[in-house]
Parts: sequence; structure tokens; C-alpha cells
Amino acid sequence: MRKYTPKDNVQKKAYYTDRFWVAPRVPTSDVEAGSHYAKVVETVSKYTTVTNSRIEIGQLVVQIEAKDNFTVIKALRDECGYAMCSEISAVDYLAQDGEFEVFYQLLNLNEAKRMRVVCRIGENEAVESIVPLFKSANFAEREMFDMFGIKANNHPFLKRILMPDDWVGHPLRKTYPLHGDEAAAWYEVDKIFGKEYRDIVGPENRDQSRVDRYDSQRFARVGYEVPFGAEIDPENEQKTPIEYSTTFMTDYNAGSTQLKKRK
Amino acid sequence: MQVTNKLTPFFENLNFERDDNTMVINFGPQHPSAHGQLRLVLELDGELVVKAYPDIGYLHRGIEKMGENMTYNEFLPTTDRLDYIASTANNYAYALAVEKLLDIQAPRRAQVIRTMLLELNRIISHLFFLATHALDVGAMSVFLYAFREREFAMDLMEDYCGARLTHSAVRIGGVPLDLPAGWLENLSKFLAKLPEEIQTYEDLLTENRIWKMRLEDVGVLAPEEALSWGCTGPMLRGSGIKYDIRKEEPYELYGELDFDIPVADTNDSYGRYRLYMEEMKQSARIIKQLIPMYAKTEPQLMAHAPKYISAPKEEIMTQNYALMQHFVLVTQGMRPPKGEVYAPTESPKGELGFYIKSEGEPYAYRLKCRAPSFFHTGLLQELLVGTYLADVVTIIGSTNIVFGEVDR
Repeated sequence: MRKYTPKDNVQKKAYYTDRFWVAPRVPTSDVEAGSHYAKVVETVSKYTTVTNSRIEIGQLVVQIEAKDNFTVIKALRDECGYAMCSEISAVDYLAQDGEFEVFYQLLNLNEAKRMRVVCRIGENEAVESIVPLFKSANFAEREMFDMFGIKANNHPFLKRILMPDDWVGHPLRKTYPLHGDEAAAWYEVDKIFGKEYRDIVGPENRDQSRVDRYDSQRFARVGYEVPFGAEIDPENEQKTPIEYSTTFMTDYNAGSTQLKKRK
Repeated sequence: MQVTNKLTPFFENLNFERDDNTMVINFGPQHPSAHGQLRLVLELDGELVVKAYPDIGYLHRGIEKMGENMTYNEFLPTTDRLDYIASTANNYAYALAVEKLLDIQAPRRAQVIRTMLLELNRIISHLFFLATHALDVGAMSVFLYAFREREFAMDLMEDYCGARLTHSAVRIGGVPLDLPAGWLENLSKFLAKLPEEIQTYEDLLTENRIWKMRLEDVGVLAPEEALSWGCTGPMLRGSGIKYDIRKEEPYELYGELDFDIPVADTNDSYGRYRLYMEEMKQSARIIKQLIPMYAKTEPQLMAHAPKYISAPKEEIMTQNYALMQHFVLVTQGMRPPKGEVYAPTESPKGELGFYIKSEGEPYAYRLKCRAPSFFHTGLLQELLVGTYLADVVTIIGSTNIVFGEVDR
């Protein structure tokens, strides 16, 4: 029977995993009362329901409701001093939960504290754009849209940023293969000649690793060499063994008496 | 109207022939001053830029996607291709993120070597900035002088790791090699010569009338704008905000070292140029402090963490268990615990950080590279508006963007 390969996550998998293997978890700690982060969590919970807050590897992670992202981040900026939004992106959990995890990485420069605001949204849901709060979100949200297809409502110019405008699919989704999908393979042909030319061009000309051993014009035939452009009869091919130069086997020291003397 | 066909497609949101007095011009992606593959669409009123639209993605290679399909150690050489002017800074930022995830620390000697290499890379990168920035503005000779010095620094990198641009000089858990014999002496010679070379550049540029005319009050970036646009590194400090990750959130040996954080308060390209010169001097100062520290360290180069890091080669060749561990780590890759980490570092361009989400597999579940140049490119759409066309190149040069990390 053919091995089942999941279609919802085509990323590379470990080829072998011990059947008793249980992955450990990075140690996380609760937010200490009275600390800077405790105040942050308190502020956040004024505006939304905090589903999870923890300190993971030195940084606060707060999980909030996706609909409140704008008000929460505004409060963090104005009340808690998080003056810079370092990064916005997402993690694809469509295969497991049917959701994306969107994160906002924030930085408080006065206290040198970093935190991550995390929220989950469904596949066809959008988050509110935070461009009015942080202009760095302009490019970051465009990249998130380009890579995952997550829309940011009220973004001034939500358009693909790294991929071409007419690209099909969102490359960082787990369903998107590393080497691109069919539309990616035919992208230039579709664009320049049109879809109907796929048959005329032929898939073999879109395959970079194709080797045709009966084509003496484009491919080398080591061991079976023929003149350039010659017709090849598959039935009786002439073997041309690789001829090595004999010079490297010549012992130039054979006649030397000096070496013998030294021996 | 645009005449479109399949070979010249319709440009969305672009109208080259305008009814008003403005003109739309296309800058790049092959422009020599675009520092890589930057395409700028500029709307000009006479010579004044009224609208700027940076179009990126011409060097997109999907490095984040590759990170999800490669084991942690496999991916490390790929990080060289982010900011290819100072690759060790990328290698280090990635290694640091994974080390934080694994909760391991590099041994002392590796830390000394890493800090040295990071600062040497900062000097290389800043010299490159100076050379290309001066060339863009029109000072050809500075380019030649700065590249000569950079060549000596790159020779040092080559002596250490064998590569000039794609160093891969850092490993997860330490460094692969000890310093070769005589390397520290060469480094000292280089550092001894550097101040007078920097002085030469400053003599050529700092009080140069043309240089000042071209740079002063060009690309003025207010501090609140710098924060809002996510500017980091020299772009942030050039706007008077004293924030350096090496000082505020120290990693490696920066907590023990004595160095200053220069800040420019003029907010313009000239201030940033002065800042870069000062930072080079501070980097030299840091390396000078590191040289005596090296001799006091134990010779261990890689962290001892058998679950994640292969043992030294002698152990692998002599001890069965070390060989087994090594075999598993090479064939399957290390499996960090489940969790997420964001590790910021101060690369020569700004805050370079890797966000890694691990699900306990040998492949990262999500790998995000927070590249400073990406955000500095975004800033261009506002910084260029209101300047003259002749200053566009100065401003691009001054932001010091490298397209390897903008497009990833």
C-alpha cells in the first residue's frame, strides 16, 4: 500500500522518530506579582480577556482575543511604554486547529523589556491593522498577508510585498511545498504566453532536473559519446570507455639515481 | 493610458502619464546605487519627490521557508545569505536563538571568539557602508581607501574561517575552530592601523564642504518617527535615542566590556555618518579588551550538551557513546524542546532577531527573521517624500540597507 502523506502539512518531517519520544517543553514561569510584567498583564486584562500569560525565555507572552488586538496594543503603547513594534507575523496551525497564530513583538525601550502579544484567528478571518499605532506594521502586515494570506483590516495599502502581485498561493503556509506548487512552476509561461501554452511548452521544459539521454545536443553522454547532434539508436549504442591520460602514471623518478642513493 | 499586452503587463496603481505636473519615474531594481535589488517608484514634481513607493522582493529566496525544511544545523550556513556584508552577525543571531531554546551556553573561549568576530564584522560592515555611501554621494577616493581597510579585515576573517563573505563562523553551541596561530597578532596590527585610517576618512569627509552640503539636513528622521517605523541600530541612535541591545540587553561578553554608545542628535545623514565612524572606533576598543581575555580561557570551544551538540572529534573517534550521539545528531538533527523564542541581537545594521517556534521536531515549526533593513526600507516611503531626486541616493545610502535581509 502506498504510504499516506498528509496534504495539510507538506513540510519536511523527521524520517525517524522513536515511538516513545515525548518532546519536552521549554520551561515557562508565571508572571511574578509586583514585577513590570505583572502590571502589563493587568493593563491588558482591562481591555480583553487574557487566555494565557507566561514568561518564556525572558519575555512575556500574552494571549488575547483577536478582536481586541488594536485596543490592547494601543494600551500597551500608551500606558506601558511599549514604544516599538519590532515584528508582526504569524504561525500556521491550520492543520492542527484550523487557525493562525498572529504575534506582535513589542519593545519597551525605557525598561529594556520585550513582550509578545499573541492571538488566534481562523483561516478566513482578519485582524485589525495596527498601522495607526506603529508605522512599522505597514510593511510587516503586508508581509504577513503575502506569506499567509491573513488580511489586516484598514491597512492603507495591503498588497503583496515579496511575491509578485499575481502569485497564486501563500508561500509560508504549511500546505505550500518548498519547491513551489504547479502555478509556481508555470508562472512565467502563464504570464508571458498564456495558460494555453502549457501544453505547447511541455512540462519537460519546466523541469530543471530533466535529463534526456537520447538528446546529444543538450546533454553530455559520458561513456557513450557521439558527435554533436547525432541520432542515437537506443538498440545498439556504442560504448566509449573513458580514456584516462597515461601521463599521470609515468614515473619520472624511475631513472633518477639520486633517489636510489638516498634510499 | 498604459498600453498593455502579455509582455508589458498593466502596472497596478501606476499611471506614468499624468494630467497634473508630476512625473512618475522608476528607480532600479538594477540601479547601482540601489544597494541591491531595490525598485523605487518615485512621483516627482519637478525634482521634488512627492510620493515614493519602495518595491522589494527581487531577491526573495524564501529563507524562512527553507528554515522550516532544514534541520537546525543545516540551516546555519543559509543565514550567511541574509546580510552578506556581515554574515557572522546573522550566524550568531540564529545560533543565539537556538541556544536560548536549548538553554545552553557557549564556553568562555567560544564567547571571546564570537564577540571578537561580531565586532570585526561590525567594522567590515561599517567600512562597507562608508565606502558605498561615499561613492554614491560622489567621493570616489574614500571608497578605495575604505575597501582597502575592509580587505585587511576580510583577510582576518578568511584566516579564521576560510571564507570572505559567507563565514558560517559560528555554530550552535560555540564556534567550530580555535584561532589560528598568529591571528591575534595580525588582529592587533590591524587594530593599531585602524584609527589612523579612520582619521584619514574623517579628514577627507567630515569637514569636506561638498560632503556636508550633500549630507547635512538630508534624510531628517525625527525620534518619534524612528520609533514608529521600527528603526533600530544606527538609524535609531542617529535620531538621538540611545538604545543599543549590546548595552541594554547584553548577550555574549558585552556585559563585561567597557564601551560607549555614540548618539547623534542632528537626526540627519551627516549625524549618522559621524555615528558610524564613532561606532567603528568603539568596536576596535571592544576587540582590544577581548585580546587579553582570550589567553585566560580554557580551550573548550563547543558547549557540552550531549542531547543537542556533538562531542569534540577526539571523543567521537575514541568513545562509542559519543559516536552514537553524533550519528543520531547528524542523521536526524537535534530536537529542541517545544516552545518559542525571540532573541534580539545588535547586528551592524540594527536589531537582528530570530523568532523560532519549535514543536519538538528536528525542523523548526516557524522561523521568522526580524531583519533591520526590512523596516528601514519601509521607512523610505516617508523619508524620501519632500526631498530632491539628487538626495534620494544619499538617503538610501544612509539607511544602509542590504537586500539579502530585506527580501530574505
